[in-house]
Amino acid sequence: MSTQVTTGLQVRRSVQLTIDDQSVTVAEGETILSACRTMGKEIPTLCFGDTITPKNACRVCMVEVEGSRVLVPSCSRKVEPGMVVRTDTERTDHSRKLVLELLGSSVDLSLTKNVARWNTEYEAEPTRFGKPAAPTTHRDDATTGHHHVADGSSVSNVLQPVKIDNELYVRDYSKCIMCYQCVDACGEQWQNTFAIGVAGRGFDIRISTEFNVDLTDSACVYCGNCIQVCPTGALMFTSEYNMREAGTWKEEEQTQTDTICPYCGVGCALTLHVQDNEIVKVSSPSDHSVTHGNLCIKGRFGFQHVQNRAE
Amino acid sequence: MDLKVNSSVATRDERDAVDSVLGTPTQYTQGGTRGEQDLRISRAGEALRNLRHMLLPTLHAVNDRIGWISRGSINYIAQQLDVAPAEIYGVASFYALFSMTERPKRQVHVCIDLACRAMGGLKEDQLPEGTHPSPCLGTCERAPAVLVIEAGNPARHEILAPATPEQIKSLAKGEWPEAEATVVSATPQAQDTSSKLVLLGRIGKVDPLLISDYQKHGGFDALRKAIQIGATGVIDEVNTSGLVGRGGAAFPTGRKWAAVAGQPAFPHYSICNADESEPGTFKDRVIMEGDPFALVEAMIIASFATGSEQGFIYLRGEYPRAIRNVQHAIDESKKHGFLGDNILGSGFNFNLTIVRGAGAYICGEETAIFNSIEGYRGEPRNKPPFPVEVGVFGKPTLVNNVETLVNVLSIVKDGGAAYAALGTDGSKGRKLFCLSGAVAKPGIYEVEFGITLRQLIDLGGGMRNGSTMQAILLGGAAGGFVGPNDLDLPLTMEATRAAGSSLGSGVVMVLDQSVDMVDQLRRIAAFFRDESCGQCVPCRVGTVRQEEIVSRLAKGVQSQDIELLRELGTVMRDASICGLGQTANSAIDSAINKLKVFAV
Repeated sequence: MSTQVTTGLQVRRSVQLTIDDQSVTVAEGETILSACRTMGKEIPTLCFGDTITPKNACRVCMVEVEGSRVLVPSCSRKVEPGMVVRTDTERTDHSRKLVLELLGSSVDLSLTKNVARWNTEYEAEPTRFGKPAAPTTHRDDATTGHHHVADGSSVSNVLQPVKIDNELYVRDYSKCIMCYQCVDACGEQWQNTFAIGVAGRGFDIRISTEFNVDLTDSACVYCGNCIQVCPTGALMFTSEYNMREAGTWKEEEQTQTDTICPYCGVGCALTLHVQDNEIVKVSSPSDHSVTHGNLCIKGRFGFQHVQNRAE
Repeated sequence: MDLKVNSSVATRDERDAVDSVLGTPTQYTQGGTRGEQDLRISRAGEALRNLRHMLLPTLHAVNDRIGWISRGSINYIAQQLDVAPAEIYGVASFYALFSMTERPKRQVHVCIDLACRAMGGLKEDQLPEGTHPSPCLGTCERAPAVLVIEAGNPARHEILAPATPEQIKSLAKGEWPEAEATVVSATPQAQDTSSKLVLLGRIGKVDPLLISDYQKHGGFDALRKAIQIGATGVIDEVNTSGLVGRGGAAFPTGRKWAAVAGQPAFPHYSICNADESEPGTFKDRVIMEGDPFALVEAMIIASFATGSEQGFIYLRGEYPRAIRNVQHAIDESKKHGFLGDNILGSGFNFNLTIVRGAGAYICGEETAIFNSIEGYRGEPRNKPPFPVEVGVFGKPTLVNNVETLVNVLSIVKDGGAAYAALGTDGSKGRKLFCLSGAVAKPGIYEVEFGITLRQLIDLGGGMRNGSTMQAILLGGAAGGFVGPNDLDLPLTMEATRAAGSSLGSGVVMVLDQSVDMVDQLRRIAAFFRDESCGQCVPCRVGTVRQEEIVSRLAKGVQSQDIELLRELGTVMRDASICGLGQTANSAIDSAINKLKVFAV
């Protein structure tokens, strides 16, 4: 092994590989996905987020790597010297199409970005599996390893009532694609609170507190970092949820203003989403060096005092 | 982490069960009584987190004693291990043998899987009150099978097979089954005393509970030889033998051993994958029940060769007798100096622990097994990195199947070259086949690679009286079907691969004219839907869609449904994280293409 000189910053070798017949050089440790993005290629991703280690559970970003029997997830496979990658073949397209269809037929993807466009691009028809089954109220009580044998007359899905158990945010697991990002943000990757986990198995897999207790009885500290990473709108500010229900949510009319949280000395960056001169939700830029998109309850939800106007 | 538990408190019995594994808590934050020492010391952080691998055994202890796992017990375990209740709930709810709701102490698990339903067993909609369906119990030679579990201190576990519907009813009412048939009944060849078996050589001839008997029949000779020729000598012999993994993936064993042995990171670990759950497979169970010391000896040799001082046998929770016999063999081996420090004066130290599975087929996947042992949900990991580099606890790990390991004993004793001389060019040595279904003498058969399907069935006494062959399932639910015209297929890796099938774990399940093939396919689809871990979309949703489509086809064949199934099969094979999803369509696909099950 050759010795590397490391100063304050880790020195990274560069790696040369071929993607779709084009030679590209990127730093060691990069993923195939980031290499593709460097080249300006779009690979669809659903469960991939920029602040969480990818779980590569959705399998929509699959690409062909020469020498590999199966497709590989571009979001987490690291580049290797001499790798030959194909991102746009019959196999990758089929795989993306079917993943979009499988998710689209089981989950409400109406708020997931780009899905409509990808459905057109990959000719995905989520409805072709059949008639959707009615929403259920007992997904949280599933018995592991047992299910009622399907009779094929309707298509199972995860549609279920919205969970509203606190004043700050709602959980609409009909929209959950099981990307695991909220669990990782709540647990070991950011917040270290572990209020939610992945429970159950197979199609009955779900995000849950222990025994599905309300968030108010759980360890939740309402940092909202799970909302920040949720790619599907399953986790949502109560303010946004209520406005959507009332039909007054108008994203195109909203402005986004970056500022610094006034509460403590950490100096987290806030992005205030404002509609009609009211703050309707708060996010945080995930590429910001202070907290990488993470906030605490005060920065995330403590904005009402700003708009308590005299009557 | 600030641990937050709610107000539910464990009962005294629940606390006792937890303490039986983790010890009585010494401090208030761990659920103990508040005392003087709480003001001065705190055992927390790293020290507690390093006990995470005790989570699965602790959950077993509660489930065994109480019959289910309550909020109070999860809170108490959370305090003892400093793991959040939501995490523990996530782990516990992953396994089918655990319940998070109160239930009767007596649980009757009725096997409704392929071999049992083919042999007249009950189906999911025919089960009597107080019983529930179970995936394959690995007792296919005596199908149909039932597992009875009764919580208590200690809990009792027993298999009844074959079981009539009347017997199942009385089990649900509280009757206890008689002791199982001896294991030799599962090995028809061993009943012929003149047979020259190697892998099954001791079964029926020695008392599986007597170490002296084992030693009288060549036991620990291989270990002595291994110590004499040294670790590299052992790996050389295994390499020369051409042995490949017998769990289904057929990876060269010697190469795996050399790779682990050569890893610079330490410690190394060794794992025996004894989570045998592939429907129709029962060979590992028979070895563990009938010759448990052989597995212990083979694990010592494998660990000696690869430099591992801690080994695990991940043993299926539904195998009560195998667990008893292997645990006994470990205890006896320790007593006689074959486990522990400085084994046979070699300077090699090795400890071996059983980790009991809790009802999850996926935990037989070689990386899911790591997560399960570490106390996490048994979800497969991504490869690369491969287990030989980053395995259990993030360290280089050897994972081998029971049958693979037991083969090593004769390889070390008689040399790799002698082993390589057996079998065919592409498939060296001996193989165990799990013959079940409509044959005269179902059981485990030990043969040299190269015999044909017909010869194996003849070895099993041919078809049962009155039975005509309809189809044969090779390799289990993850394998594929062949028809009565394929009987001249040699049972080798290369020939089955060329025929578009697979030997897998050695399942040969013979289905006769009475079997409803569509019903078998529906069961295979339901099996994968139940056993998918749920992590990746192609498998989580794909197995559900597959079941729905097969059920639809059962009512009436539409060509677009056949096409949809083919498309599903492709995405599951191409894009699933692990072998479960990748093979979840293979048997159904083979039934459609080869047996023309849904032909219009």
